[in-house]
Amino acid sequence: MSRPIEETQKIIDEVMDAYPEKTKKDRAKHVKPNDPTGTCSTCQVKSNIKSRPGVMTVRGCAFAGAKGVVWGPVKDQITVSHGPIGCGQYSWWSRRNYYNGQTGIDTFGTMHITTDFQEKDIVYGGDKGLEAALHELKELFPLARGIGILSECPVGLIGDDIEAVSRRVSAEFGIPIVPVRCEGFRGVSQSLGHHIANDTIRDHILGKGKLEKTTPYDVNIIGDYNIGGDAWASRKILEEMGLRVVAQWTGDSTVNEIAIAHQAKLNLIHCYRSMNYICRHMEEVYGIPWVEFNFFGPTKIYESIRKIASHFDDQIKENAEKLIEKYKPMMDAVIEEYRPRLEGKKVMLYVGGLRPRHTIGAYEDLGMEVVASGYEFGHNDDYKRTYPVMKEGAVIMDDATLYELEEFTRRLKPDMVGSGIKEKYSYHKMGVPFRQMHSWDYSGPYHGFDGFPVFARDMDMTVNSPTWGLIRRNRKERR
Amino acid sequence: MKIRDHNELFKEQEYTEQFERKKEFENPWPPEKVKEIAEWTKTKEYRDKNFERKHIKINPAKACQPLGAIFCASGFEGTMPFVQGAQGCVAYFRSHLNRHFKEPLAAISTSMTEDAAMFGGLNNMLEGLENAYSLYRPKMISVCTTCMAEVIGDDLNAYIRQAKEKEFIPDDLPVPFAHTPSFVGSHITGYDNMLKGILSTITAGKKTAQQIKLNIIPGFDTYTGNIREIKRLLNLMGVKHTVLADVSETYDSPNSGEYKLYPGGTPLAEAADSINSIATIALQKYSTQKTLDYIRKEWGQKAISLWPIGIRNTDILLEEISSITGRRVPQEIEDERGRAVDAMVDSHPYIHRKRFALVGDPDLLLGLISFIMEMGGEPVHIVCTNGDKTFREEANNLLSESPFGVNGKVHIGKDMWHLRSLMFTDPVDLLIGNSYAKFLWKDTGTPLVRLGFPIFDRHHLHRSPIIGYQGALNMITRIVNTVLDEMDRKTMHTASFDVIR
Repeated sequence: MSRPIEETQKIIDEVMDAYPEKTKKDRAKHVKPNDPTGTCSTCQVKSNIKSRPGVMTVRGCAFAGAKGVVWGPVKDQITVSHGPIGCGQYSWWSRRNYYNGQTGIDTFGTMHITTDFQEKDIVYGGDKGLEAALHELKELFPLARGIGILSECPVGLIGDDIEAVSRRVSAEFGIPIVPVRCEGFRGVSQSLGHHIANDTIRDHILGKGKLEKTTPYDVNIIGDYNIGGDAWASRKILEEMGLRVVAQWTGDSTVNEIAIAHQAKLNLIHCYRSMNYICRHMEEVYGIPWVEFNFFGPTKIYESIRKIASHFDDQIKENAEKLIEKYKPMMDAVIEEYRPRLEGKKVMLYVGGLRPRHTIGAYEDLGMEVVASGYEFGHNDDYKRTYPVMKEGAVIMDDATLYELEEFTRRLKPDMVGSGIKEKYSYHKMGVPFRQMHSWDYSGPYHGFDGFPVFARDMDMTVNSPTWGLIRRNRKERR
Repeated sequence: MKIRDHNELFKEQEYTEQFERKKEFENPWPPEKVKEIAEWTKTKEYRDKNFERKHIKINPAKACQPLGAIFCASGFEGTMPFVQGAQGCVAYFRSHLNRHFKEPLAAISTSMTEDAAMFGGLNNMLEGLENAYSLYRPKMISVCTTCMAEVIGDDLNAYIRQAKEKEFIPDDLPVPFAHTPSFVGSHITGYDNMLKGILSTITAGKKTAQQIKLNIIPGFDTYTGNIREIKRLLNLMGVKHTVLADVSETYDSPNSGEYKLYPGGTPLAEAADSINSIATIALQKYSTQKTLDYIRKEWGQKAISLWPIGIRNTDILLEEISSITGRRVPQEIEDERGRAVDAMVDSHPYIHRKRFALVGDPDLLLGLISFIMEMGGEPVHIVCTNGDKTFREEANNLLSESPFGVNGKVHIGKDMWHLRSLMFTDPVDLLIGNSYAKFLWKDTGTPLVRLGFPIFDRHHLHRSPIIGYQGALNMITRIVNTVLDEMDRKTMHTASFDVIR
């Protein structure tokens, strides 16, 4: 159901009223009623701008984007949280980037490794300690294929030269040692961290390896972090189509996969926000085209399979149709089971990366409607991709605050909210069904044909749990 | 409809075959090489190499100061924790506490970026205070810092003064502050610094006549059940008291269909009057040292720390409270003691001479060492990433008091990768630690009892006390049943699979 743009604007204005003047002026530019046609000149949200101090933004930092999102999942490299203890501690195995391997021996994904800066490191610099640390790591973990040095705030502020240390030690060890300047104060959100991480992949790893045998069907999965096994479920589809997946970026990936990825024929990008940089680079330098796809929910999966197949020969196109034919009955059965319980339910999303738009189709497959959606760290190009897939008058939010999320929930009355851990429990207290849509609330996969049944089950348990009905609101309200 | 999620899906043949195919691109080490290195990491040679390292921490068990500071601040009525510095830190602190407690937590960042790094964070602080006050209407804003603000040297005192002078916030709004650099100490230090900051601000000018009531400081204690337990005990004894940083409602609030930003906390008026109490008892030592010093010196109050984990420690606490307040320990509490001891006597055959590895914060470890020895267990490997030399001495003294402590060795500044080496070269029967210790359980097969912080992968444990006699009973229940579960697992295919134990 759509709502007139003016009506939604009125709701937004009411919410903005609580802000002090300067902040109100700023925040009003970030929250808009949706216009799918693109003709409303005042409906474009501003994005990728500094958060106002003190409003309780949900955003994280460049370190979170570089270490937590992009580099952390590369399984056979040691990722060092370089600086004080906290950043590595709080980002320790919190994103569920599943991988195969023996942790601590040939893979290191679930480990928290840090230089644990002390006051003397701030005063005298941390480079010497870092160099010694790299030697200790090499001794203890001889099978590491690389080491990433992910800088925390103080490293950039005290003027350490981690690049020099990396160059020296990398030459000595004969493995890549990648300095990543992802100090948390850089940029306005996680997003710059993704970009910085992409750049270091480009400068230190990409193109450095060689794939012995290539085929016309070689592709890379870009921007899938294998949360709850997402990339594996996506890979399964691509392999069944007759494609050969060379590299998974970066869920369950290895340094070698990244090093040989430039030999693929096509880049398939799922999370555009975090990885479009490297696709553009590979297109420019290696002439590899890239295509955006969406493996959430059958409608988008079928569409994406056909879109991907269109880049290949008739055999692949035929395989694609056969594949859709094979899975359609299973997908229909899922919809038949869950749609009656979810039909007409309203969803509010506030997430990051690709999810504020990519999951909409999956909700719609289940008969649900996304009435508000927003990005923690989106850019203009994300919003442009979002307007057409949402109904008129839906609320679009950029860098929403706790206050705004609460107010829009009160006014739009969604039947469920999908957002992150910081939001989860306030919604539980409000009695609003909630699902974490960063970590899949410890479930997953949500991608692919194997992911959709899990998605459907999880949304059903969220909306229809009898526990919500046990909540007794205060007496005044009940009367 | 049968739904297969990640727990089952990836064991299926179609996926295990996919994983094999993927290896073509991974450049994996040969399996025999991986096996060789895996075995090598279990050796004494590897342990020695591991203990030689000085410049890198691997799976450390500590967090940073501002986490402790906001935890402390969240235990006061209407208080907004406010962090001057880069914004990602606050996202991390909130997530970390949300994951442990399964509860919401509001906290503010001033979102400092590159320009603040150049010109200082004054503007961020001013606008941050104005916005936070307008939107979230706190009764107190409690300011601490991230590394960024500390490295560039932001002057909190001057900034807050300016914010009041320029009327960004009301002049009478209490805005205590603490410098909490992450490169000094750990979360327990941050708790201490913030509590001292808060108490010195809100008690200023409040000294009147001393009253017979006690201040209780829980310390960086993430068991909301502990706070409820100490209050219950004090109420049973008829002792008037104020819990300073009472986080029990903050992290365990009833679901009433309404989200409250500030669900509980020590009432500010009561906290202000804490300066007039007869004494202050902290239930942790290492997270309250500066605060207790301050209370002794500035308030002239008796201030001691006791950690009531285990029977004898609880005895000492109750006797101390009794002697300070003149109130007797009632029979009801004595009966609770009797029940806890009865349980320990009944379960002793399964604990006696069992060897334990422990990892956690210093105060928790001291309590556990004492409790384990009371049950006849042996603390063997004691790893404290954020422990100092004083802690080591105290722990060693404790171990030397009991024949069950002879095999105990205390490792300060060490981490869970050190502990892994210790557990391979000198195995133990049980491991006690936080959720991240499950990697040690996985590697060594040693059963894990989850005690401490953070616990992300088991629900509701923070609600049951581990202090007092009731806490002892809760812990013995969990420990002995972990032993019995493990015994069942190990004997399920043998004749020893007993039904009565």
